[in-house]
Amino acid sequence: MTLLELSNVDVHYGAIQALKGISFKVDEGEIVTLIGANGAGKTTTLRAISGMLKPSRGSIKYRDEEVSGFKPHRLVARGLCHAPEGRGIFPNLTVRENLMLGAFLRRDQQGIEKDLERGFALFPRLKEREKQMAGTLSGGEQQMLSIARALMSSPKLILLDEPSLGLAPTLVEAIFATIQQINKQGVTVLLVEQNAHLALSIAHHGYVLETGSVVQSGKGEELLRSPDIRKAYLGE
Amino acid sequence: MTELLQHLVNGVSLGAIYALIALGYTMVYGVLKLINFAHGDVFMLGAMVGWYASARWTNEARDPSIAGALAVTLLAMVVCGTVGFVIERAAYRPLRGSPRINSLITAIGVSFFLEYGGQYLFGPNPRAFGVLPHRANFIGGGISVGYVDLVTIGTSIVLMALLQRIVFHTRMGTAMRAVSWNPSVAALMGVNIDLVISFTFVLGSSLAAVAGILYASKYPSVHPLMGLMPGLKAFVAAVLGGIGNVPGAMLGGLLLGLAEQLVSGYTSSSWRDAVAFSILILILLVKPSGLLGRTDAEKV
Repeated sequence: MTLLELSNVDVHYGAIQALKGISFKVDEGEIVTLIGANGAGKTTTLRAISGMLKPSRGSIKYRDEEVSGFKPHRLVARGLCHAPEGRGIFPNLTVRENLMLGAFLRRDQQGIEKDLERGFALFPRLKEREKQMAGTLSGGEQQMLSIARALMSSPKLILLDEPSLGLAPTLVEAIFATIQQINKQGVTVLLVEQNAHLALSIAHHGYVLETGSVVQSGKGEELLRSPDIRKAYLGE
Repeated sequence: MTELLQHLVNGVSLGAIYALIALGYTMVYGVLKLINFAHGDVFMLGAMVGWYASARWTNEARDPSIAGALAVTLLAMVVCGTVGFVIERAAYRPLRGSPRINSLITAIGVSFFLEYGGQYLFGPNPRAFGVLPHRANFIGGGISVGYVDLVTIGTSIVLMALLQRIVFHTRMGTAMRAVSWNPSVAALMGVNIDLVISFTFVLGSSLAAVAGILYASKYPSVHPLMGLMPGLKAFVAAVLGGIGNVPGAMLGGLLLGLAEQLVSGYTSSSWRDAVAFSILILILLVKPSGLLGRTDAEKV
């Protein structure tokens, strides 16, 4: 079943057009990845989906509802959560406060507690640092916090922007294993990555973006084998 | 020694009022990065509503009681909270996203609107104010503490404790702190930014209303331009403590009140205002982020 579908979406920053008629879809239960070079429009696409930016044209359908132009909080209420680029944690709040903020719109105290435990089970390091200011965390821990916080909203669809950015290779692998684990628990994942190899190796489907347009798409392993992709994004 | 203690008590009382006003400046700056120059006039409005409620519409001022003072204060809080809400909605929200200078100029415009609107309705002349029952000064160890000062200090402590609780221990407070760090990410958590900003204006404006009532009781008069100087002083206090920082505004207000009182006590009261603004210049030169202000966290 299609969870999210973009059709011919344009986004402008002032006079500059960042997205030119992007179309793709994400099926429920999948990991879908957007890959592409810097400036291809990956982050802009996520921002348009989560309501941080308003598309100038086109449609964004989420669970059969037209959500283009919705404010972010309305999408969070519908189970769509965006863990932004650069983690976007709140350094002036404690780790626990950051996590609770992820559950801002929820009222089911028991469910919140359960998801908090799930987050701590995924990332035991966060449990140890529960009362610390999030600004004191290392880069990797902040990334864990960002993902755990996104999960606190009990999302159906989670948008992850560059979760591997600036992390040591072993940590990157751990984060990606966690993403797969989250997906197995029933959360659909839309992943934006510069690390195309890693992203395609866990993704069911991939879309390649170039200067604001989708130029190629296919199953993860297909794209991984495609000579064009290998040449352009995997350095071969 | 007793003279010093006396100045300290007076300074704390004045500082508590500055702190109450400074909190509004600092909270609004926190969530909106806007210096709301109309805030001093909301403070004036609080005192003016107090005057109407106690001297014009009722006889409270002639026969003051504690219950009456509370009722007058609550009314002023409600009116100022509403006005704060409307100011944000009508004047600042349409300009959100435009260059900051536009909002700043608008804030000055709103300030003029309230000042001259006040002169039109109320007339330019000061009027006597009194909502608290008269009590003799408390005298102990050679220090005399006015009843109004005691009430001021007590009220401020209660309000600041309450505010501290709201900002640091409630969902709305957590949302305010999140918005003040990064509004767009806060929105991604499901926080309704507009709601948080409205809440902040209502909260800050109702604190200013209480400050207005206390200030007008301390210097028992009300006039439409009375918000000018205390508003500027409270702004200095907010900058001194670190604009955007709630405990900083309390500390800044207190320090400024003490500094003013000590300077006017030991030299001359004509130096009072000069001291306040010298502090502003000094803090901007030496530590622009203020005493408790944040220096932006490093990006890892």
